Amino acid sequence: MADGLTPSQTIGPFYWGTVVNTYRADLAPLGVAGERIEVALTLHDVDGKVVTDGLLEIWQANSHGRYNHPEDRRNLPLDAGFEGFGRASTDTTGTAQFATIRPGPVPWPEGGLQAPHINISVFARGVLNRLATRLYFDGDPALAGDPVLKLVEPARRSTLLAKRDAQGVWRLPVHLGGAQETVFFES
Amino acid sequence: MTHDLYRRPALGQHPPHRVDAYKSTVGRSPRKPAIVLPQTLSEITGPLLVNERLGAQENDLTRQRMGPPLGERIIVHGRVLDEDGKAVPNALVEIWQCNAAGRYHHPGDQHDAPLDPNFYGGGRTRADAEGGYKFITVKPGAYPWGNHKNAWRPAHIHFSLFGPAFATRLITQMYFPNDPLLAYDPIYNSVPEGARRRLQAAFDMEGTQPEWALAYKFDIVLRGRNAVPMEDEHG
Ligand SMILES: [Fe+3]
Repeated sequence: MADGLTPSQTIGPFYWGTVVNTYRADLAPLGVAGERIEVALTLHDVDGKVVTDGLLEIWQANSHGRYNHPEDRRNLPLDAGFEGFGRASTDTTGTAQFATIRPGPVPWPEGGLQAPHINISVFARGVLNRLATRLYFDGDPALAGDPVLKLVEPARRSTLLAKRDAQGVWRLPVHLGGAQETVFFES
Repeated sequence: MTHDLYRRPALGQHPPHRVDAYKSTVGRSPRKPAIVLPQTLSEITGPLLVNERLGAQENDLTRQRMGPPLGERIIVHGRVLDEDGKAVPNALVEIWQCNAAGRYHHPGDQHDAPLDPNFYGGGRTRADAEGGYKFITVKPGAYPWGNHKNAWRPAHIHFSLFGPAFATRLITQMYFPNDPLLAYDPIYNSVPEGARRRLQAAFDMEGTQPEWALAYKFDIVLRGRNAVPMEDEHG
């Protein structure tokens, strides 16, 4: 009989080669509908130094805003072959990359829609509990009405906004602490 | 009214983010409290990885190379459950560990202990309809680390589970009962005292196979669901 939750522990430094073997995960095989995007997440410690032994996972809806999961029972198209999950290790620059499609909006429980976003889990040596955050797309008109961003004090909202670089890659630094500490969520 | 589908962990179930005795946490832990988010579709869905094809040998870490690895062969099995004791069926369970000498098959592991060409240390399986899972492996060795003077990790197996939702994702470590190193390990002891025993597997004589391998039982408990809220009578 269960006597309580199994506690979390750090992933440690030696997960490479077993749970992950890439610095760049491709979520969207040929034929998946939607705008193809590249996402680069760079992990930093409290002093701003890059973290080169982190594991980043993403979970997202498809371009129609539908999650590939039985709890999402809405009548929206599912894309065969698009699970919406990817994971990659950070490289020597602290960066994990994802080739995916831009997600559609998903509903808010009390009505209305959330701005399109990608859910992120952060693991690393020295991180005892999974850290959950989100990536939003800078410039998206839906940001202004997003109910989750409204929960975040305005000065910290930018920690969740990926910006498009000159190559078209959506870049988001993730700071485990320090002056630019990323907003993490508990749910 | 929003109803959370998954119960929020009570205080004391998980380690705090920062534990000074575990030095790496100091530079890698948020100082600001997490923002509490209602559980939306983003949190109550999650990767089920149902299309992930698992090879027949992936749960047997002793048969993935040319020959059997050195060390003490063991069976590690248990069930994936939620907080109400209900099975979490079909959950993907992944493990990784060092070899019997205490060395990981990993370029970053510089511990002066032999690598075993017959042991790579990674395994995966999918829990059955009752949440049951099983691995065959060798007992991992203790290994030193740089955290403090004469620091040694107790023997452990790393576990990764997804469960049914983004909100149930868990990475943890399984330890062996009565290991004298547990008392000295800041990672094991990062978990509040009332909860850390849950990280110890139980020696399992019944599951032990005569002439072949000792068994250890390790049940993993993921977040449970709240009771289904009553339909609003006026809705
Ligand atoms: Fe380890």
